Amino acid sequence: MDANGSAGASRHRPLVSVHGVCVRFGRRNVLDQVHLAVHPGEIVTLVGLNGAGKSTLVRVILGIIKPFSGTVRRAPDLQIGYSPQHVPRDPIMPMTVRRFLTLGAAASHERLDAVLQEVRANKILNFPLSEISGGEMQRVLLARALLRRPDLLVLDEPLAGVDITSQNELYRLIADIRDRHGCGVLLVSHDLHLVMAATDSVVCLNRHVCCSGKPRDVLRNPEFASLFGHDLSESLAIYQHAHDHRHDALGEPDALTPRANDSH
Amino acid sequence: MFEDFFLRALLGGIGASIAAGPVGCFVVWRRMAYFGTALAHTVLLGIALGFLLSVEPIFSVFAVCAIVAGCLVLLERQQYLSVDALLGVMAHAIFAAGMIVVAFMERVRVDLIGYLFGDILAIGTVDLWLIFGTATVVTAVLWMQWRNLLALTINQDLAAVEGVPVERVRLLMLFILAAVIAVGMKIVGMLLVVALVIIPAATARRFVATPEQMAVLSTLLGIISVLAGLFASLRWDIPAGPAIVMAASICFAISLAVPVRSSGNSG
Repeated sequence: MDANGSAGASRHRPLVSVHGVCVRFGRRNVLDQVHLAVHPGEIVTLVGLNGAGKSTLVRVILGIIKPFSGTVRRAPDLQIGYSPQHVPRDPIMPMTVRRFLTLGAAASHERLDAVLQEVRANKILNFPLSEISGGEMQRVLLARALLRRPDLLVLDEPLAGVDITSQNELYRLIADIRDRHGCGVLLVSHDLHLVMAATDSVVCLNRHVCCSGKPRDVLRNPEFASLFGHDLSESLAIYQHAHDHRHDALGEPDALTPRANDSH
Repeated sequence: MFEDFFLRALLGGIGASIAAGPVGCFVVWRRMAYFGTALAHTVLLGIALGFLLSVEPIFSVFAVCAIVAGCLVLLERQQYLSVDALLGVMAHAIFAAGMIVVAFMERVRVDLIGYLFGDILAIGTVDLWLIFGTATVVTAVLWMQWRNLLALTINQDLAAVEGVPVERVRLLMLFILAAVIAVGMKIVGMLLVVALVIIPAATARRFVATPEQMAVLSTLLGIISVLAGLFASLRWDIPAGPAIVMAASICFAISLAVPVRSSGNSG
């Protein structure tokens, strides 16, 4: 098991961290004094309403946008696997799943098979990209990210376009991948129910970081409640409680690594 | 067997198709058809400047095309006008400027129709060298940058994270499109050059499963159209450029009747 990742740094040093980052488009402040860090083996979820700057922050972390001020630090030789929010699947582009996967990195047939097996989408290697379902597309994007053997997975809305039953499954899958590879995961999501169930820490963004911490603590934060509404905040607290029990009772066989070992 | 001029026309058409086939695929995939049309409008100014500076028109056309393409990329960053409207403004402004410059030049005015509609039967030996030189450069660039170009076409951010030098590859794409337009205008003229680029690619789509297959088939269809158009032109004494584009269009129409191949689901 290559649980240590290859970033080399100690478990307590973050894979990526941003400090006091501000981004401006024109005269508008899109991000204001944002702090965030992702450690190896940790799932950090970025939540926030539309227009809160989530995707902008992701693009800063990926190095696509240079911040107006503030610093972004990445571990040396950090390999990032990225799954963008929206990859248009235009039928004018003849593209099989196999060809799509090898666009990011060359890979042997065996490795492609293994990676698709890992994301549980092994029967679609020769399908045209435009003919697979939304859930399968998210798995294919995840597979393309994994082919790079990433230290850090950055997944922008990985549950978008996925029906509700598969959402749960996909979320388990992401947690399993984290357990197996020990990589850090930065998730962007607006679906709070699923987020709260399996994340290690939540960062709630509203141009600035309005609150952050463990899901339980964030839910009780008055600023979070005022942003998402008190009712939702309360129902989530109940949901999370219920999920904890179910999770303990099920004890997924392929997620053997206890998460506590990774984060402490 | 054939007259020399006809042989040169055949070779020139084949050379242009080799360059235009794969580039046409990117124009179709990236929805740059209107961009290509706008670039083709700059051809006239390129030709006029070529005469003024006594350089081979292929070079001056390429230079003007490339400069305009670069300006468009810079202007795309402003938020005020849509790219679509911007292209419309630029294309016609530069076309008008070209017409005005040409009006001052006695020598060029005679050939205006030739440049608007192409004069493939007047291709000389020097033209052939230029066409095949350009086709070689374009093919080499495509060969070396193929994966980068494809990755960029699918998703720019993903390509950037995976190490593709996004800005450089985008510029390269525009330069090879400019080169193809400079070559294609010799064959079918500036009004039809985009047809030579787009129609074979659009026809090829229905028969292929991967981008590579589409690039190859699009090149073959371009060559077939050139051959068919030239022989039709010889047989029925019709203008060669429009005959080539008609041949390509007939291929496209026939392809619509063929059921779409649902690629490789079984394998």
